[in-house]
Amino acid sequence: MSYVEALAPKEAPQKAPDVVIDCDVKKIMYGAFQAVRDSRVPIEKGKITGFIGPSGCGKSTVLRSLNRMNDLIKGFSLAGEVHFLGHNVYGKNIDPVVVRRHIGMVFQQPNPFSMSIFNNVAFGLRLNRFKGDIHEKVEKSLRRAALWDEVKDKLKESGLSLSGGQQQRLCIARAIAPEPTVLLMDEPCSALDPIATRRIEELMLELKKDYTIALVTHNMQQARRVADKTAFFSVDISKGGRTGYLVEMGDTDQIFDAPQAQLTKEYIRGEFS
Amino acid sequence: MAQDGSFVANGSVEPGPVAAPKVNLNYNLFELRALRSTFLTAAAWLIALLGAIPLLSVIYMLVVKGGARLGYELFTELPPAGFELGGGIGNAIQGTLVTVAIAALISIPIALLAAIYLAELRPNSQISVWARFLSKVLTGFPSILAGVFVYAAVVLLMGTYSALAGGIALAVLMLPTVTLTAEGAMRMVPQRMKDAAIGMGCTNAQVVWKVTLPTALPSVVTGVILSVARVAGESAPLLFTALFSNYWLRSLREPTASLSILIYNFSSMPFENQIELAWAASLVLVMIVLGFNILSRFIGRPQV
Repeated sequence: MSYVEALAPKEAPQKAPDVVIDCDVKKIMYGAFQAVRDSRVPIEKGKITGFIGPSGCGKSTVLRSLNRMNDLIKGFSLAGEVHFLGHNVYGKNIDPVVVRRHIGMVFQQPNPFSMSIFNNVAFGLRLNRFKGDIHEKVEKSLRRAALWDEVKDKLKESGLSLSGGQQQRLCIARAIAPEPTVLLMDEPCSALDPIATRRIEELMLELKKDYTIALVTHNMQQARRVADKTAFFSVDISKGGRTGYLVEMGDTDQIFDAPQAQLTKEYIRGEFS
Repeated sequence: MAQDGSFVANGSVEPGPVAAPKVNLNYNLFELRALRSTFLTAAAWLIALLGAIPLLSVIYMLVVKGGARLGYELFTELPPAGFELGGGIGNAIQGTLVTVAIAALISIPIALLAAIYLAELRPNSQISVWARFLSKVLTGFPSILAGVFVYAAVVLLMGTYSALAGGIALAVLMLPTVTLTAEGAMRMVPQRMKDAAIGMGCTNAQVVWKVTLPTALPSVVTGVILSVARVAGESAPLLFTALFSNYWLRSLREPTASLSILIYNFSSMPFENQIELAWAASLVLVMIVLGFNILSRFIGRPQV
């Protein structure tokens, strides 16, 4: 345990006024398998926090534990605390359904519902019994997702009729329509071509004016292009298992230009992946 | 590419093009391969036509023998007695539609809830494993036994044959097919759509009602319609339950006529008129079943 602490970030980040989610994971287990240990990732308001690292390093697991999506996986358990605006998300009386309404999510595979484009975006609004002009809100969300011009004449068509990149922007519009506080994006571009990827990246930079974003990406360049803060995870295979943990976290420039840990240096230089 | 010489590396003007091997790409009907293909295609066509012969000849026969009586009177009149002429099968059509409607009303809600449990709530629980197994057993259940069961459970209890009992017997037959097709349809809904719904902050119930069920609906409806079509033609379960009646149905607690029983009764009568009506009733029954099947085709298409 002692050398673990040596690798974990030394100075606990100050609970600065603008930390929206203070994620302090001690241990994430799937049954008897320990997936993640000792990772403290504060997500700051209005910034994009990128999670990078090799496959199996637990970056997605940590991200999905922020809005309790992992609850769906059998045998999942988490030791530690995830504070969202001062509430412990894993606290006793917390309803995960309510947590997810405040912390939206965009998935790796575009996953629009099998309904019209309009209804896809209106889904979350109706779910939250949105009182107001639903059409206006849908249009606004689609505009913010940079999709409006492409779909404004076919709002009644199926969301599944769009191209992959458009579907992903539709999913982003759907996620931001109910105005969550935080948007979790789990490798949102991994199923997209480079042009669609670039559009989503531009969109993220636009969205961070209003939303706090946590982004998992396997693409280091993407983290470098869009993330303000970067958290580098790695896999610890020393004890026979494959346990992911946070190696270091800091401003994106610092992580890429002046990494502190040896592992980070090697990863950034592309010596392993 | 040798013509313009641009690919010639050594600079010589005429490098002597490599002789292209002579190939013949033309279609040759008399090659063994082509002959075999033609023969097999023709054979497949022929066998497909053979397969359609029973259906087509049945329909042809029904139209020829029953078509003559097809008319307003057939649908609005009561069946004639012994030596009477004319008459129709109005009450049998009414009876079939009513019993099938009762069956659908009873079985669809139960089957849907069961399917939700099987597909969404506890797909791997012990109860689900058994329910699935028993449903499969029940799909192959002899339909006459459904009639016997309802006779014992409902008819004896009510003290009378009734449309209600007939409907319940048909519901027993519909239940497993609707359950299993609805479960299958809901399982086909991709997990990522359900994940998206959960990510939006849906409760389990909301995931089912707002995403899984609407997405699966076309296939569910297809399954429902096909099993409705199936039970519409059943006669065995109605023998002990709905019995038969020569009058219009006024109450669900009365015995009722049905097309299948009418066909059975009338076809063995020594009167020309009744036999004609039995043919006409067969035609109507086939058209109802065919209509349901065609309807299911339309609804089963992917929507939007």
